[in-house]
Amino acid sequence: MIKVLNALIAVLGGVAGAIVVYYLLNKLAELLPGRWEDRIKPYLYLLPALAAIGLYLIYPTIQTFVYSFANAQGTAFVGFSNFTDLLASKNFQNTLFNTLLWILVAPAGTIVIGLLIATLADRLRPGGEKLAKTLIFLPLAIGAVSAGAVWKFVYATNPPTQNQIGLLNGIWTGLGGDPVNWLQISTFRLNSFMLMVILLWIQAGFAMVLLSAAIKGVPTETLEAARLDGAGEGAIFFRIVIPQIRTTLITVFITVLIGVLKTFDIVYVMTNGNFNTNIIAVDFFNQLFTNNNFGYAAAIVVMLLIVMIPVLVFQVRQFRAEEAAR
Amino acid sequence: MSGTQAVTATPVQLPKQSTAIGSRLSRKRKHDPTAKSPLWVRIVLALICAAWVIPTVGLAVTSFRTQDDATGSGWWTVFTTPANFTRLTFENYSEVFSRADMGGAFINSLAITIPATVIPILIAAFAGYAFSFMQFPGRDLLLILIVGLLVVPSQVALVPLLKIYGTLGINGTLPAVWLTHIGFGMPLAVYIIRNYMSTLPKEIIESAKIDGASHFQTFWRLILPMSTPVLASFAIFQFLWVWNDLLNALVFAGQNAPLTVSLVRLLGQQGQGWQLLTAGGLFTMIVPIIVFLSLQRYFVRGLTAGSVKG
Repeated sequence: MIKVLNALIAVLGGVAGAIVVYYLLNKLAELLPGRWEDRIKPYLYLLPALAAIGLYLIYPTIQTFVYSFANAQGTAFVGFSNFTDLLASKNFQNTLFNTLLWILVAPAGTIVIGLLIATLADRLRPGGEKLAKTLIFLPLAIGAVSAGAVWKFVYATNPPTQNQIGLLNGIWTGLGGDPVNWLQISTFRLNSFMLMVILLWIQAGFAMVLLSAAIKGVPTETLEAARLDGAGEGAIFFRIVIPQIRTTLITVFITVLIGVLKTFDIVYVMTNGNFNTNIIAVDFFNQLFTNNNFGYAAAIVVMLLIVMIPVLVFQVRQFRAEEAAR
Repeated sequence: MSGTQAVTATPVQLPKQSTAIGSRLSRKRKHDPTAKSPLWVRIVLALICAAWVIPTVGLAVTSFRTQDDATGSGWWTVFTTPANFTRLTFENYSEVFSRADMGGAFINSLAITIPATVIPILIAAFAGYAFSFMQFPGRDLLLILIVGLLVVPSQVALVPLLKIYGTLGINGTLPAVWLTHIGFGMPLAVYIIRNYMSTLPKEIIESAKIDGASHFQTFWRLILPMSTPVLASFAIFQFLWVWNDLLNALVFAGQNAPLTVSLVRLLGQQGQGWQLLTAGGLFTMIVPIIVFLSLQRYFVRGLTAGSVKG
C-alpha cells in the first residue's frame, strides 16, 4: 500500500512539477524582449519532451553504437570483433535464420488472417460483428506474457501413459496420435511456427480493426459497377477491394514487421530461445544478463537497427506524404 | 405554384427513386448476412472466434481446479464429467497470493503503471501544441526525428540506461521503471497528440490571439480541453502497454517485480502445478481486460493513431 501511495505522490508531484516547470519556462520567455519571446517560446514548450527523448533514446543509441565496438565489460575497444564473432558463430546464424523466418511468415500471416476476419465480419449484422471483433481483439489487450501463459497450457504435454491436459495434445491424441512435445520439435522449425501462432493470435485483432475500417471505406459505387459488369466475388475482392485498401495493408504490414523484429516476450516466456527457437531480441537479452557481455548485446542491437533502417526510411516518407496531403 | 409543382413532382420521382433503392438493396442483399449465402460466413467466423477464445477459457477453467484434477485430466472434462465440475475451487488464488506474492506484484504493477501513464500526458501535450500552432526554425526536422524514433526499438537504450541508473543508484527501484516508460513512450505521445491537435481549426487560435490570449492561456483554456479524446486514447494505450511490459520490468525492477515478472517466474517453475500458473495468468489479465472492455473505443482509436509504438 505504501508503494501505491508513493506512486500517487509521484503522480501528483510529477504533474504539479511539470505545471510549475512550464509556468516558469513561460514566465522566462515573457521576460525576454518582444520578438525574442516568440522565437524562444516554442523551444521552451518542447524542452521537457525533447529532454526525455534525448536522455532515453538518442543518447543511449549513440552509446550503444560505441559499446558495440567495445569488449564484454565495455572497458576497451575491440574494433569489429563483436560483429565478426557473432556472425561467425553457428548459434547466432541460427538465431538470424529464425528471425528471418519470423519476418517472412508472421506479418504476412497476420495480414491474411486479419483480412479474412475483417471481410467476413463485414457481412454480419452489427451486433454479431461487434461481438466477433471484441473477442478477436481481446488478446491484444492482455499482452504477450499472459498470452504466453495461455499458450504454454495449450501446448502442454503429459507422458503418453497419462491423460493429456494441453488442448492441442488433447485433440491430437483424440485423433489417434501420440502426445507431442510441441515446443521441443525443431524439425522444419515446427516449434518456431508454434510460437508464431501466438503472435498471430495477439496481432490478428489489430490487423482486423485497421483493415475492417479500410474495407468499409471502399465506395459502394465501385463495387456495384463491378457487379453490374458481372465480376465474381473473388475478382471484386482481389481487383477492387485490395487495391483500394493498399495503404492500410502496407501500414499493417510495417507495424507487425516492427513488432516482430522487437518480439521478445513470447519467445522468452515460452522457450527462452532453447530448442533452436532463439530470435534476435531474446539473444540480446541473454547476452546482456546471462553472459554479461555488453559488447555482444550492443552489437546485436546495432544489427537490429541496421535491419530497421529501411522501415524507418519508409515510415518517414509515409509521414511526409501524409503531411503534404493535408 | 412552385409549391404544387413540387408536390406533383415528388410522386413522379418517388417510384423511380424507390425502385433504384430497392434494386440496390436487393443486389446488396446477396452479400448481406440475413439472406442466402451467409451461413458459411457465420460458421467460419464462429470457428475463428472459438479458436480465439477457447485457449483463454481453458486457462480460466483450470485456475479453479484442484491440483489433482488439473494435472490428471483435461480441463474440458469439467463440462462432460459432473464430478469434476463440483470440485472447482478458489483455493489456487489464495495460494498464488501467499506463495508467489501476486498481491505485492499487483501493487508494484499499479505503482509503475500510474505514474508512467499520467506524467507524460502534459509534457507531450505542450510539445504537441508547439508543433501544431507555433512557427519556428527546425520544426519539421524535429518532427521527423520523432517519427523516426517511433520505429527505434527500446532495446537500444537498455545497456546505457543500466549504467546511468547504476551511477545514480536507482537500479531496481520503481521510479527507474516508470521513468524509463515515460522516456520510451514520449515519441508516440507527442506524435499522436500532435496529429490530433493539428486537425483542430486554426481559426480558434487566431481569434484567441486577437482577443489578447497568450499561448499559455490558449493552451490551458482551449487546446487542452479540446484534446481530451486523444489524451484519453494515449492514456489507455500507454496504460495497457506498461501493464503488459516484461522487458523493462525484467531489466530495471529488481525486487519490485510487477505482475508480468511474477507470472514469468511462475511459468519457470512448473513444478508448482498448472493450477497455480493458470490462476496467476488469469489474475494478470483481469485489469487489462476490464480496462479494455470499458474503454475499447478509445483504445482502438489510439491504436489506429499510433500503431508503430515499440
